[in-house]
Amino acid sequence: MLEAKDTVAALEARERTKEEAGQNGRPRTERTDPVRPAPRLSEAWQHRIFLGALLGPTVLIVLSVVAYPFFYNVVLSLSNMNIYHIRDWDVIGFQQYAAVFSEPAFWNVFLKTVVWTAVNIVFHVGLGVFLAVILNKSFIVGKPAWRVLLILPWALPQYITALTWRGMFNYEYGAVNLLLSKAFGMSPIAWLTSPFEAFVAVILTNIWLGFPFMMVVALGGLQSIPGELYEAADVDGASEWKKFWSITVPLLKPVMIPAITLGIVWTFNNINVVWLVSNGGEPNDQTHILVSYVYEAAFQMYRFGWAAALSMVIFGVLFVFTQVLLKRTNATEGAY
Amino acid sequence: MSTSSTSTLGKIGSYAFLTFFVFLSVYPITRIITVSLRPGDQLLSTSLDFIPDGATLDNYRALLFETPFLRWMLNSVLVAFVVTVTGVALASTAGYAISRYRFLGRGSMLSGLLITQMFPATMLLLPLYVVLINLKLLNSYLGIIVIYSATALPFCVWQMKGYYDTIPVALEEAARIDGCTPWQAFRRVIFPLAAPALVITALFSFMTAWNEYVVANVVLQDTDMFTLPLGLKMFQGDMTTQWGLYAAGALLVSIPVVGLFLALSRYLISGLTLGAVKG
Repeated sequence: MLEAKDTVAALEARERTKEEAGQNGRPRTERTDPVRPAPRLSEAWQHRIFLGALLGPTVLIVLSVVAYPFFYNVVLSLSNMNIYHIRDWDVIGFQQYAAVFSEPAFWNVFLKTVVWTAVNIVFHVGLGVFLAVILNKSFIVGKPAWRVLLILPWALPQYITALTWRGMFNYEYGAVNLLLSKAFGMSPIAWLTSPFEAFVAVILTNIWLGFPFMMVVALGGLQSIPGELYEAADVDGASEWKKFWSITVPLLKPVMIPAITLGIVWTFNNINVVWLVSNGGEPNDQTHILVSYVYEAAFQMYRFGWAAALSMVIFGVLFVFTQVLLKRTNATEGAY
Repeated sequence: MSTSSTSTLGKIGSYAFLTFFVFLSVYPITRIITVSLRPGDQLLSTSLDFIPDGATLDNYRALLFETPFLRWMLNSVLVAFVVTVTGVALASTAGYAISRYRFLGRGSMLSGLLITQMFPATMLLLPLYVVLINLKLLNSYLGIIVIYSATALPFCVWQMKGYYDTIPVALEEAARIDGCTPWQAFRRVIFPLAAPALVITALFSFMTAWNEYVVANVVLQDTDMFTLPLGLKMFQGDMTTQWGLYAAGALLVSIPVVGLFLALSRYLISGLTLGAVKG
């Protein structure tokens, strides 16, 4: 269906270009006087110029706004730049890295970041795949409507989600406590003012906004699994559970692994939710993951050198992690 | 997939599960609506009614006429528009080059694009902040537009490249034989075919700019220069929160993006999965 449509469009496009080529070509062939023999470039040079025109602007922007700041950040991480030395800073070596690792709060925040990422990804993937499997069942009526309603948390701007949930976690007037007390008779929970509850609150918010992405990816993957596999399993009398683990999971894996890798990286670095729900780490700077911690160090405490060093550490952790993950999954793909 | 083997209990369970999650997805949004309709004396209320007592549009009137909301919206539209146009123009051409040509540095360019996704926000923001201070570009749109474009670009290029990979090269070859220049073959044949991926790229660039808080918070300092996220955050002050204004603003800001997002969600599935699988 899709292919047929595409080839029709392609044929039309081809017809159009033929016509235009013809229109451009005709007058030139009729006018025989050699007015201006255009200086013809060699094929190789034409090719190079075309490639340069396609890539040039992007390369230029990426070099100036991504590569240059990256190397500048490396230099900053080796420097003593802070609010007192903003112009007259010096390169001082690896002292800032030593300072990062010797700060007791660093390890605490690092641990929180790992917990944050792991819990979020487990719920995102678990809920996303489960909902996708249900939505893909043939007996479900009104699939598009269910899907649209379930994608809403992804569609809502992240900062609005965060600020709204912050309101809903309000001790006296927030909907969460009101619902809990009306439905279960629970006494109100101090979501935003005690460290543990605040951390739970940011995680809940992020789980809410993150599961639709995994659901959408899983839905795409499910549609490419041939139905005959399930029919064959039915003939063999396999249970739903068995079918899920023996057919669905292995065949979803190639689609989910890149999405999960990306999801881990994005969650690890997701400053928006943590920063806005906890209003910059409240209570008492206890609600931080590494990125929000650096953000505060850089733009509220102006510890530029130190923050640059911590940025490098975060990047290093993610880089090593993804390399290992991608290697491992490539290996398992080969075996499978 | 299998109709016969699902028991009635399974069906009921499935619907119950879906309903529960739809409730969870929709409920926070209904809260925004409720709070935005509350009259001034009931903003702090423990009622959970969907339509509050004495519902009024006062908050919307106050938002539009007594706060710089419209100014912020104009700023956001301007920034988002420039970022979207830049994103589509750059990603569609660069993605095409990477998909179709083999050149020196192509491999490192591809892995470089992925590596940028691992940068924490501060990694580029801090050096750029120092640079912007030195260039006196702090508190300007130029600074923020360049940063947004660069942030959105790697993902967009990767995405476009993945989609171009699924379009057969034979189409350009045919166009070239028919006398097209390489540019015409790209512009007239391949570019129109890549519409779904272009839509995703545009949406992604737009959302990057429209929804961004952290960078704007550092770069823009003047209330008049604020984009919407900064403006709405301002309603949640340190001492008191103007819940009515916040909720009315949040709703007005969300409606266009949510609408756009849902309207394009059809493309989203094909664009994302094709890009991911064939990437």
